[in-house]
Amino acid sequence: MATMTGQPINRIDGPLKVSGKATYAYEHWDVGEPLYGFIVGATIGKGRIVQIDTTGAERSPGVRMVMTYRNAPAQGPRDASIPSQYSRAYPMLSGPDIHHYGEPVALVVATTYEQARAAASLVEVEYAVLSGHFDFAKRLDKAYAPKAVNAGLATDSAVGNFDTAFKSADVKIDQVYTTPYQFSQPMEPHCCLAVPNGDDLTVYVSAQILAEAHTAIASTLKIDPLRIRLVTPYVGGGFGSKLGIHGETILAALAARALKEPVKIAMTRQQIFHLVSVRPATSQRVRLGAGRDGRLVALGHDVTMFTSPISEYAEQSATSARGLYAAPNRLTRHRLTALDLPRGEDVRAPGEAPGLHAFESAMDELAHALNMDPIELRILNEPKVHPEEGIPFSDRRLVECMREGARRFGWERRPAKPASVRDGRWLVGYGMAAAIRGQFQMTSKAKVRMGPDGIAVVQSDMTDIGTGTYTIVAQVAADALGVPLDRVRVELGRSDYPAGAGSGGSWGASNTCTSVHRACMALREKLRIGKIPAEGMEAEGEIAAMSEEPNYKNYSIFTYGAHFAEVGVDVDTAEIRLRRMLGVFAAGRILNAKTARSQLIGGMTWGVSSALLEDGTVDARTGAFVNRDLAEYLVPVHADIPEIDAILLDGFDGKANELGAKGLGELGNCGANAAVANAVFNATGVRVRDFPITLDKVLPALPREV
Amino acid sequence: MSLSTVGDTKNAENATENAKVALTVNGRVRQLELDPRTSLLDALREHLHLTGTKKGCDHGQCGACTVLINGRRINSCLTLAVMHADDEIVTIEGLGSPDALHPMQAAFVLRDGFQCGYCTPGQICSAIGMLAEAKAGWPSHATADVAAQTTALTDAEIRERMSGNICRCAAYPNIIAAIRDVAEGDRG
Ligand code: FES
Ligand code: FES
Repeated sequence: MATMTGQPINRIDGPLKVSGKATYAYEHWDVGEPLYGFIVGATIGKGRIVQIDTTGAERSPGVRMVMTYRNAPAQGPRDASIPSQYSRAYPMLSGPDIHHYGEPVALVVATTYEQARAAASLVEVEYAVLSGHFDFAKRLDKAYAPKAVNAGLATDSAVGNFDTAFKSADVKIDQVYTTPYQFSQPMEPHCCLAVPNGDDLTVYVSAQILAEAHTAIASTLKIDPLRIRLVTPYVGGGFGSKLGIHGETILAALAARALKEPVKIAMTRQQIFHLVSVRPATSQRVRLGAGRDGRLVALGHDVTMFTSPISEYAEQSATSARGLYAAPNRLTRHRLTALDLPRGEDVRAPGEAPGLHAFESAMDELAHALNMDPIELRILNEPKVHPEEGIPFSDRRLVECMREGARRFGWERRPAKPASVRDGRWLVGYGMAAAIRGQFQMTSKAKVRMGPDGIAVVQSDMTDIGTGTYTIVAQVAADALGVPLDRVRVELGRSDYPAGAGSGGSWGASNTCTSVHRACMALREKLRIGKIPAEGMEAEGEIAAMSEEPNYKNYSIFTYGAHFAEVGVDVDTAEIRLRRMLGVFAAGRILNAKTARSQLIGGMTWGVSSALLEDGTVDARTGAFVNRDLAEYLVPVHADIPEIDAILLDGFDGKANELGAKGLGELGNCGANAAVANAVFNATGVRVRDFPITLDKVLPALPREV
Repeated sequence: MSLSTVGDTKNAENATENAKVALTVNGRVRQLELDPRTSLLDALREHLHLTGTKKGCDHGQCGACTVLINGRRINSCLTLAVMHADDEIVTIEGLGSPDALHPMQAAFVLRDGFQCGYCTPGQICSAIGMLAEAKAGWPSHATADVAAQTTALTDAEIRERMSGNICRCAAYPNIIAAIRDVAEGDRG
């Protein structure tokens, strides 16, 4: 039988999605008519509610309940000692204090959406305003070192003597780059439908990791987890913002339990900017010291970012620099400064996206200073073992990605001198950057059972957030069982199924599929020796966390890639347009060539977006994100994205798992922004270090004559 | 055309008097009694349970709610349901079903023109409306000669004309490939 794994087959959930039959959290009508909740948010950035008048809202037609901190049920407290922030309780309306703009102050529940929304505008709140800190640039001097950064990584790293080596280096780059607040903004708003049944509760939730959401909901509501069931067959995108639950889920659950009726809540697009994850703004100093031959002697990356004072979060933005290039003297550090803004959370490629934006721009600056080809500079500094940990690489193919990309992209046509090539109105430039991302392994379980119809049913609480999970699981299971694809049915997204790793950190595909593979192999073995009929026979498969896997200690297991971008910059207006882009990636064995390519293209587009568009702007007086909608917070549209392609190198990383597969959901978004930024420099000779690169920042320095 | 009634007593106690409206959706007349503030989008999703049409922003900035009204694409979040009594409304559910996909739906599957699928019904309805506009000779910002009677549907034209439909998963190149397939099929 032909191997299914890797084949570019169409998504098996495709026909449902294109015909509007895939049901997302807000869309389950089999539970009866729900009530509608609408969240009222604070209109100050810091302070205290002194008076809250709900009588107008309560008297408004159709209103069933108005919940504020005065009548909200007691909830479990947020426990910062629980390592994963997404497993912690998420109490809502728990007191009069306001910690950030938009924080929920009331929930209005009514018979219809129109009634709830109208009544919400009648809730009157009087605040005592406290002066808060909202201006990142003004608080850089208050930065402190957190105990650890995201994913439990070390706050600092040091090898050799950076200061001495940097001081005496022949060629030096010492620059500060800033990146703005960014938001995941998946197309499906954060929403929840909570359905009570006696003491039990079914929660239709838009979430990436059900096991963590389950724990968080149970500990917030202070009820037995066994009484709560999560159902999430489809998720309309997450990009980190649905790793954890947010206010709408808890408020819907509280209201549903209080009213003993189904309640559903969706955040408005504007609310999402304040009530869901924000990627911290950063200020990054990158220092590179090299010999005249281009060999790095010192490499330093210092990142300062904001954190919420009530929920510390540190993106691992300087960690990519730890494994990317060789240099005997190294220093990476993360610092946090507290601002009264919504809490920071993971946004696609946390750490790598802002970190590589700065670091790979600095490498381009070094290449320019040395008058070297940026690819040759990188190849020259290719390490033999992990440059800080000294352990071997499981499967490092960065150089291959760069060479293959250069060949396919026509890198040899890159203008050697910046601002030297013109095509009509456009100054044309090429840029490239490297991509690197860690491979993670979490505990993950899956089950497979032979159905009466001879169909093998695979079950996991894993979610498909657009990642193609249904499809790749079916492909892997079909191969492991030795049956055609149509003899496998994949059931995902229910908390009653075995707990998988969920969709996050690019670990979903490799972790889930490895546990599915093991379940199928176990079932096969049972069927081989079994004397009982196949029907109803089942088996489980499980993988352990990477901390239990020696390979993850003894090898540096990463994914790699190289991005190439061509941009045009208008000679008069400095308008920047991407003209084409290519990424070449190595992520072990590819489970489905079609869906993998799609995900990588998506990630690359996020890179274009962070280089040129996305920019959350804070009103430094109130702490409000002023551009809180999709017309003002720019994300790419069709016209912004011309030809983009992603090439996957055939591979197999047996150190990662027996499937040889690694994650790639975020890889496309690692370094893509720097490739675009470097292309803008190559086109114009103007180096903008305050991202995103917008025309107003390029125009003043644009060469007059080319 | 079949006739069916959706009993809707949801707004019985509303001070805003409900309005009766008959909407023709996917070829069926549906009698509704609605809060007049109800958008066409919410009428479809919350009253007729046609949840294929998505709400991404609720104010005309994302295109997830695109449906076809009398063959033309419209953001259903930006229009009130009661304004459409005399219109033919087609939603994604009316174009095809999983077993009998519309050519545009099939092209999206083949070209992987989506990931999470949430923007997809809007993209598909928009693409169908867009092809009709281009066929009728409507120019766009990408059209060199806006006075010309016909427009060659280049990729740049398709991108420009589809830019009201945001895909955060960024399936853009694949969406363009799907639309191109259908447009070329039409020509062929
Ligand atoms: S929901 Fe109508 S345009 Fe976004
Ligand atoms: S497919 Fe997810 S937003 Fe387009």
